[in-house]
Amino acid sequence: MPRISLTVNGKPVAHEVEARTLLVQYLRETLKLTGTHVGCDTSQCGACVVHVDGRAVKSCTMLAVQADGARVTTIEGLAPAGKLHPMQQAFHENHGLQCGFCTPGMVMASVALVQGNPDPTDAQVRHGLEGNLCRCTGYQNIVKAVLAGAKAMRT
Amino acid sequence: MHDFNYLRPKSLADAVAAFKNAGDGRYLAGGQTMIPVMKQRLASPSDVIDLSQVPELKGIAVNGGIVAIGAMTSHAEVAASKDVQAAIPALADLASGIGDPHVRNRGTIGGSIANNDPAADYPAAVVGLNATVVTDRRRIAAADFFTGMFGTALEEGELVTRVEFPTPEAAAYEKFLHPASRFALVGVFVARTKSGVRAAVTGAGPCVFRETVLEQALTRTFAANAVKNIDIDASNLNSDIHGSAEYRAHLVGVLAARAVAKAR
Repeated sequence: MPRISLTVNGKPVAHEVEARTLLVQYLRETLKLTGTHVGCDTSQCGACVVHVDGRAVKSCTMLAVQADGARVTTIEGLAPAGKLHPMQQAFHENHGLQCGFCTPGMVMASVALVQGNPDPTDAQVRHGLEGNLCRCTGYQNIVKAVLAGAKAMRT
Repeated sequence: MHDFNYLRPKSLADAVAAFKNAGDGRYLAGGQTMIPVMKQRLASPSDVIDLSQVPELKGIAVNGGIVAIGAMTSHAEVAASKDVQAAIPALADLASGIGDPHVRNRGTIGGSIANNDPAADYPAAVVGLNATVVTDRRRIAAADFFTGMFGTALEEGELVTRVEFPTPEAAAYEKFLHPASRFALVGVFVARTKSGVRAAVTGAGPCVFRETVLEQALTRTFAANAVKNIDIDASNLNSDIHGSAEYRAHLVGVLAARAVAKAR
């Protein structure tokens, strides 16, 4: 089996994995980082979004072996334990979630969006979240949360 | 997904050799179609050859009116490239609208055209701009590259290395998104070039095609009004639950007019 070594949430990890292991399976089942969710498993819903070398990717559509040597950040790695990242705080305050299933992917997508565009418009937020589906909120409060999170990240 | 032998060659020669030595090899570019296809077991290759470390497939170069894009360049890189934005803004704009941000961070131009999905965006630019597809063994004109639904002129093991786009005088791409999948129900790429006007249509038929009715009308007058209510033959277009052939034919004219209006 191929051996991979990478950095996940700042910590170096190394394992032997089957080549067919998806990055999300490696994160959830091997590393027990179950904050990253599998929603559709067909590359559409975005619940599995994590950052690989600073870029948002769907971890159900990437092999673990492709992350060999990479720097991966999951929802668990956004803020120190017990603390919330400004974007997580903004989702909390703006009612940007109901059931919460899509939230880890939404937050990771939003953080990547704001890192590339610190002061996005409403339309840019909606375009930036095209790869993330939410079946509860109707998106209105998610957009509000991202705009508030962006503001918090700027200050 | 069935397991496979994973290879990550460090050069073009090694990648091509790995394919030759494989029982049932498949190249892996960005994986945004390939991995879902393997998950569904529609493909179960014995060997997967990851192209991410092949330097010959990387980079964007603008030289003498040609924009050359390495096959492993992601959609996000093309969209963000100042060189592409300056030389062919329509191409950067098209790349910025493929799939979603996460897909654009992984998906590549080489993977997109080698797959030739009937609703893919890049084939419209390749045909609309009369690009040349360069492979490990030859140069293929856009007119010869796309041969049918998911079909290309690529031979067994032949690897796309880059795509060369001639700079047009003006061009633009417009698509009508399927509201759920965000794939192009119809997409139209128009270009005014030194050698004439070209109009390529994706999503509407089994494979990207040039619409001569549009090209003739736009050759007379390169203006939105020239194509707005144009009569497009629906007989070879797709008809499915998302839209009838007649609806798609109508969209071809509407989108062509929008594209002409924003062409620069």
